[in-house]
Amino acid sequence: MRRVGSIALHTFKESVRDKVLYNLIVFALLLIGAAILFGSISVGVERIILVNLGLSSIALFGLLMAIFIGIGLVWKEIERRTIFVMLSKPVRRAEFIVGKFLGLFLTLTVNTAIMTVGFYAALFYQQRNLGTDDLLALQAIYFILLQLGLVVAVALFFSCISTPILSAVFTLCLFVIGNFLSDIRWFGQETGSAAMETLTAVIYYLLPNFGDFNVITRVAHGLPVPSYLLIGNTLYAVLYVTIVLSAAILIFEEREFR
Amino acid sequence: MFRDPHAARPQLFQELRTPTMFAVETIDLTKDYRVGFFRKRRKRALDGLNLQVEAGEVFGLLGPNGAGKTTTLKILLGLIFPTLGTARILGKDLGDVSVRARIGYLPENPYFYVHLTAQEFLNYVAELFGLTKDERKRRVGQLLERVGLETSRDVPLGKFSKGMVQRVGIAQALINDPQLIFLDEPMSGLDPLGRREVRDLILELRKQGKTVFFSTHILPDAETLCNRVAILNHGRLQGCGDLRDILQLGVASTEIVLEHPAPELLAELESKCDSVVATGDRVRLVVSKEADVAWVVKHILHAEVKLVSLNPVKTSLEDFFLTKVGTDQAPQAEHGAAPGKPGGGR
Repeated sequence: MRRVGSIALHTFKESVRDKVLYNLIVFALLLIGAAILFGSISVGVERIILVNLGLSSIALFGLLMAIFIGIGLVWKEIERRTIFVMLSKPVRRAEFIVGKFLGLFLTLTVNTAIMTVGFYAALFYQQRNLGTDDLLALQAIYFILLQLGLVVAVALFFSCISTPILSAVFTLCLFVIGNFLSDIRWFGQETGSAAMETLTAVIYYLLPNFGDFNVITRVAHGLPVPSYLLIGNTLYAVLYVTIVLSAAILIFEEREFR
Repeated sequence: MFRDPHAARPQLFQELRTPTMFAVETIDLTKDYRVGFFRKRRKRALDGLNLQVEAGEVFGLLGPNGAGKTTTLKILLGLIFPTLGTARILGKDLGDVSVRARIGYLPENPYFYVHLTAQEFLNYVAELFGLTKDERKRRVGQLLERVGLETSRDVPLGKFSKGMVQRVGIAQALINDPQLIFLDEPMSGLDPLGRREVRDLILELRKQGKTVFFSTHILPDAETLCNRVAILNHGRLQGCGDLRDILQLGVASTEIVLEHPAPELLAELESKCDSVVATGDRVRLVVSKEADVAWVVKHILHAEVKLVSLNPVKTSLEDFFLTKVGTDQAPQAEHGAAPGKPGGGR
């Protein structure tokens, strides 16, 4: 466990020393700031616009960071041959993968925290105060974090088997498809074909369902997230991350480093 | 009254119960790589390697590029898996992660995390071995000093020269004070001074009773450092044993250098010489038969020509290596194309 912690902390350190990360954070904060501007020209719905744009910025830039750092997590170690040194130490391959995952997830959590502070600063600037209703945004941010955990696991899985570019394409495709899984299933049911229905059901259950994590519009309108969704999404994310990481570990265990 | 049937042979029984533990032992170690993009075929990189390295030895694995040296090391370190055969390290089977707490490894042309300083990197590696904070501080400081990087401890590894990276690599291989150290081409990328330092370090490790298993294609290094060597070519063991046995320390030939010899004299000497090479005013003669040396020298002295030098040339590891590698005309062994020749480890 201590080794997993060391690898996670090292991965965190590596990520925070990456200049790309700071560029993304600056862009995210700029976009959150711009939301104030958009809000000010939207009469009556200033807060809704700000919350929508602010949280979407956090989700979008979190996603970019998760993909662009996640796809290189393992691949970079193999390509730069640093993996030779790591795996010649008393480190199990599973510990390496879990450490890498936790390290990037920690990075994303810290970044999301920074962007959340920026978001609430923007909200405070617009409203001149913060009420209990504004805390609802934290539920959406929590879901964004769960979603990012899923994305990191998927990106890391692809990073174990493919090049960064292909991993990015695969992860992005899965993210897009994963946001429309309910629609895909509905489409399968509407066709009336049993084969289509089965196929879309398999896709629905197999691929990560990102759609259920998007509650931004809901909290922007001041509607709380039901507790069944909070518990369900948490369990789903933990289970899915465990399965994807297990698959990544199985592949990584068999991998040779020539 | 019952008698222990083994009581009469306690020594033999003891030997059966506690087999000799080698620091490294490979048994018919074989590795095939799959090559080609569309039509995958197997290429044998290592062919039935049998080696036994005793504790406290400095063992050299020699061979030209592509001989299977790095493949052997990577199998032993668990970075790749053998196609056939197995190996034991410090008595443990391959794949036993716990044994890595007692070994150190320097990969060939190492590359480390460029965003970390030398101190941070060594500290990270020490953490993986579970060293406490105080132990880490002490060990990292000691090793940075040992490899001559104490003044560069806070410089990011990305700004290190190749030689400095190699030094960091050596330091990380020793961070856990290992019993067994694997070094893959440790002199690679080092200047003469750096090579000398690494040689001294290996000798120091030998003095401390550590086992050093290193691969190299720089033969003088092996000659200076190793108790025993194994020579690999095309993945097969060509020879293994004590350097003195291999070299037999015999005089292979005698090299004689003359100045301003008369052409008539050279014509006379040519029949007894293996080669006559003129460079400027000087002529270098090589005489292989010991009996001919006296005859040649007598004629030179008689002709009153200046004898610049006379040196007996001993069989070098290089000669042995060239003989072994040069005479092996076996094609790059393809899987199934040629039967594996079991090596004669010890």
